[in-house]
Amino acid sequence: MSNIAITWRRIPERYGLVGSECGTCKEKFFPMRKLCPTCRRKGKMEKLQFCGQGEIFSFSEVNSAPGGLENTTPYILAIIKLKEGPMLTAQVVEACEADTKIGDKVEMIFRNIRRDDPEGLLHYGYKFRKIA
Amino acid sequence: MRKVAIVGVGMSKFGEDWGRGFRDLIIDAGRRALEDSNLQGAEIDAMYCGTMAPGPLIGQEHAGALLVDWMGLNPIPSTRVEAACASGGVALRQGFLAIASGFHDCVVVGGVEKMTDVPGPDVVSALGGAGDQEWELFPGATFPAIYALMARRHMKDYGTTREQMASVSVKNHKNAAHNKYAQFQKEITLETVLNSKMVASPLTVFDCSPVTDGAAALVLMPLEKAKKHCEQPIEILASTQASDTLALHNRKSLTELNATKVASKKAFEVAGIKPKDIDVAEVHDCFSIAEILAIEDIGFFKKGEGGKATEDGLTQIGSQIPINTSGGLKGCGHPVGATGIKQAVEISWQLRGQANGRQVKDAQIGLTHNVGGSGATCVTHILKKA
Repeated sequence: MSNIAITWRRIPERYGLVGSECGTCKEKFFPMRKLCPTCRRKGKMEKLQFCGQGEIFSFSEVNSAPGGLENTTPYILAIIKLKEGPMLTAQVVEACEADTKIGDKVEMIFRNIRRDDPEGLLHYGYKFRKIA
Repeated sequence: MRKVAIVGVGMSKFGEDWGRGFRDLIIDAGRRALEDSNLQGAEIDAMYCGTMAPGPLIGQEHAGALLVDWMGLNPIPSTRVEAACASGGVALRQGFLAIASGFHDCVVVGGVEKMTDVPGPDVVSALGGAGDQEWELFPGATFPAIYALMARRHMKDYGTTREQMASVSVKNHKNAAHNKYAQFQKEITLETVLNSKMVASPLTVFDCSPVTDGAAALVLMPLEKAKKHCEQPIEILASTQASDTLALHNRKSLTELNATKVASKKAFEVAGIKPKDIDVAEVHDCFSIAEILAIEDIGFFKKGEGGKATEDGLTQIGSQIPINTSGGLKGCGHPVGATGIKQAVEISWQLRGQANGRQVKDAQIGLTHNVGGSGATCVTHILKKA
């Protein structure tokens, strides 16, 4: 994941939570899809800005992290159901196992996600935090 | 289309095998399968081998050619098959298709993974390739975490408990204790599972299958030829496969694997039987919750009742439907590319009456269920005593 182009071409989605909507069937997608899996050739994909609010659909407190995130454990990883419908995987900040529940309301925030190595590229993107 | 049969099976002893490398493992399993089939090797006209990640794990690609060479089978065509943890099951399906179509007459299908040559975090990263790198792994998911997300939702929607999940691991270790090829030939208690280190809540280290070195192999032939060649051919009644989104969050439900449902439903249709006709099954228990999802989605139990059924002992040997008599991925070990083939090896032994110490009485029909990643690929096979 260290090539700068990989992060650069995902900036609209990772920084701005931009996805897509099919103009034909109105289904919404995150991340962006170029092809509607329902309408296929009859689909008409357009960009869609998500509002950034949603709720926790499921979560886990991760204690054994993958390379690059060893120093951040434990962290809450969740599947967030966005207000508009689609779901995504993200970390929930300022949260722990004991105070997190399915159904908790959350909003998107912009955060550092990981660094490849001490001299490497810093990757930014979305995390979520609970709202009252 | 021709009917297809298994005429030889073999596997290496699964475990942390520092003395043997990638090619040694497949030679061991392949040699056993060939001896079991009573063939010399010259009859074999193609090879398919499932292996998920030799690139990241040992720096080796081009595994099809490497393995056929060291098996001493050059110059027959050899193809490496990759579908994450379903690589073995998909390789078996490729062998099945090759013989059913009439294109080949005797095929070796193998599966192999050498996982302990690199440090733990590198194994975690390599296995992460089975998920969506950009949208699951990048934000911090690991495979235990992805299955933990399914487990948490299953607990919320159906009241499944940690004790019910733990009872999957306890049962599979109990079965593995009677399998001389298993990585862990040792029983464990419910308390051990519940009180061990939490990897990704609610899953502890004993809810997770281990890192394993191992290989397994099968020899396939057309059924008609197999009947003349050997005493106990095992017919492949159905070989089906289905796909789903790579990322868990893109699915309609976190508590069912649609690829399992589609592949299994199709397999039962093709075989002309129902789930209740299955005498023994090997299902993909990469995590304890995965076995619960599998026995529900295949149709052995209603959705939401898999945990209770396991806790009540209905999946033990001698009960309603014995699941994972080999010990499963949890007890027997999970060398990812080998697992789908190992499942068919175990079912073949069961149907031949050769599963010493863990034999299901009078087993006639068995099923294997092999999953890639969090359910993006599923392969189901139904096997029957010919």
